Amino acid sequence: MSVLVYTESENGKFKKNAQEVASYAYEVAQQLGTHATAISINATNAESLGNNGISKVLNITDDNLKTFNAKAFAIAIAQAAEKEGAKVIILSSSADTKFLAPILTAKLQAAYVPNVVSAPTSTAPFTVKRTVFSNKGFADTQLVSDIKIIGVSNNAFGSHENKIESSVESFEPTIPENSFSTKSAEIDKVVGKATIADADIVVSGGRGLKGPENWGLIEELADVLGAATACSKPVSDLGWRPHGEHVGQTGKPVASNLYIAIGISGAIQHLAGVSASKVKVVINSDPEAPFFKAADYGIVGDAFEVVPKLIEKLKEFKAQTA
Amino acid sequence: MKILVCISNVPDTTSKINFTDGDTRFDNNGVQYVINPNDEFGLTRAMWFKEKQGATIHVITVGGATTEPTIRKALAIGADEAIRVNAEPTDGFFVAQQLAAVVKAGDYDLIIAGRESIDYNGGMVPGILATLLDFNFVNNCISLEVDGNTATAIREIDGGKEKLNTSLPLVIGSQKGLVAESDLKIPNMRGIMMARQKKLNVVEPVSATETTKDVKFEKPAAKGQVKLIDADNIDELINLLHNEAKVI
Repeated sequence: MSVLVYTESENGKFKKNAQEVASYAYEVAQQLGTHATAISINATNAESLGNNGISKVLNITDDNLKTFNAKAFAIAIAQAAEKEGAKVIILSSSADTKFLAPILTAKLQAAYVPNVVSAPTSTAPFTVKRTVFSNKGFADTQLVSDIKIIGVSNNAFGSHENKIESSVESFEPTIPENSFSTKSAEIDKVVGKATIADADIVVSGGRGLKGPENWGLIEELADVLGAATACSKPVSDLGWRPHGEHVGQTGKPVASNLYIAIGISGAIQHLAGVSASKVKVVINSDPEAPFFKAADYGIVGDAFEVVPKLIEKLKEFKAQTA
Repeated sequence: MKILVCISNVPDTTSKINFTDGDTRFDNNGVQYVINPNDEFGLTRAMWFKEKQGATIHVITVGGATTEPTIRKALAIGADEAIRVNAEPTDGFFVAQQLAAVVKAGDYDLIIAGRESIDYNGGMVPGILATLLDFNFVNNCISLEVDGNTATAIREIDGGKEKLNTSLPLVIGSQKGLVAESDLKIPNMRGIMMARQKKLNVVEPVSATETTKDVKFEKPAAKGQVKLIDADNIDELINLLHNEAKVI
C-alpha cells in the first residue's frame, strides 16, 4: 500500500502545484508509515519529484494524452492506483484536476474531499480539515470509504523539500477508445502571464475605478509585481472585464500570497472568495468600506492618486532589489 | 430534448454562517434559502433551449419538504415539472446516486447541475453523476450549443477557455458565464401562479453508500486590526510588504 499523488504537468514540465501536492502526499505517507508514489502524464522531469519526498514516479508517455482529457486521465490514475494498491490519492485544486476528480471518485467508489487546507488531523478515523460555505467556515470531515481522495487547496499546505532517492518507471494504462468521446477542439489560453489560479500576487479592481478605460492602472501595477489581474462581481456584470476575472463566491477563489484590492468595497461574497489569500491590501477612498475590516494593510485614498505613486515606488524598489 | 436541471437549496450568498449543536451542524436560524447560483445559470440556459428549441425541462432536488419553496421558484421561472427526492443529503456522492436513479428511469438527454454548491463546495455531483450513467461530461461550462445529437461546449480552464466537441446524453457542470447575469429571470406573478399547478413529484431515496461524514465545524479566526498607512507614505507600505509580510 502506498499513497498515490497525481502531479500535473504542462508541456512536459510540472505545474507549480505539483510540488505542493507531492509534499502533501509525503506527509500523509509519513503518517501512515508508507511511501508516496506519483503518477504523471508526459512529464519530462519526473525525477525532480524526489525533492519533495516522492519515492517512485509512474510516468505515462502517450501522444493521445498530450491534451488534457478528463475521462482518459481519470482512467489512467485509477489504473495506477490499482497497480500500487493505493488507498489514499492526493489531487490538486486546478480546474483540470477538479474536472477529473469526480470521475475518478465514481470509478473507484471512493470518498472524495476537496478544498483541504492542512495535513490529516487523524488517520484513524481518517479526518481532514476543509473549507466550506465558500471559505466562511471549516469542517473536519471523515473519509469512511476504503479508498480516499483528498483535493488539496491551492497554496494552503505549501511546498516542502524532502530530498529522497526517487525512481521513474514508465506506465502504460489501457484506455478504451470511447474515453475520448468528449474531445478538445480549441484551447484559448493566455501564455506567459500569471493566472488567478497560480499567481503569487493578484491585483484586483472594483467599481471604484469608474470605467474599463481606467484598467491600464490595474494592469500596470500587476505587470510591475508579476501579478495576475482580477475584478469584483459588479465589474464583470457591467462587462468592464471578462467574467473569467471575477473573483468571489460565485466567481473564482483566490489563494495568493498577496491580494491587492483597489476600489473594491468588500461585499461579504467578495471577501469569502479572497479570504484564503495570505496578505490582503486595500486601497479605497471610503474609510468605512467593509474591506478595511478584512485587510492586513490599508490606504484610505483616491485610487487615481495612490496607484500611480505605488507603481512608481514599486519600480524603484524592484530596481534596487533586482 | 428532455433536460433535467439539478437544484441545490443553499443559503443566500449574503448569509452569515454560524454553527450550532456543539458546532456539529449548520445553524439555519434566520437564513434565507435560494437556488444555488451555479444551478440558476444552468436553469436559465435550459430556459433558452425551451424557448428556442422546444426542450422540456424537469428540475430536481434532493432534500426534505423545507426545500419545496426553492424548487417551486424553479417552476415559476419556467421549468415544466419538478421532482424532490425525499432525503437529507449527506454528501455529494449520496446526491449523485439519488439523481442517477431518477435519470435512469426518466430518459433525459441533457443534465445540468451547478459546478459546485455554495454551501459545502464539493464540486462532485455533476462528474459523479455522469460517470455513474456513463454520459459525456463537461465541467465549468460557460457555453453550450446543441444541434441534434451533437453538442459544442466551452469550459473555463486556468488562464483561459477550451472548446469541446461532444454528444448527448451529456452532463454539464454549469457556472457563471453560461448565461449573462442580466438574463437571470425573476419569476413574475403569472409564473408563480402557474407553478402552483405544476407537478411536483416526491420520490423516496434509493439506498446509497456513505463515503464522508462532517464531524465538526468552525468559523475562521477573527482577523486582526488593519494597519492603515498614510496615502502620502507609500514607501511605508512597500517596506511592510517586503520586511514584515515578506510577500514582495
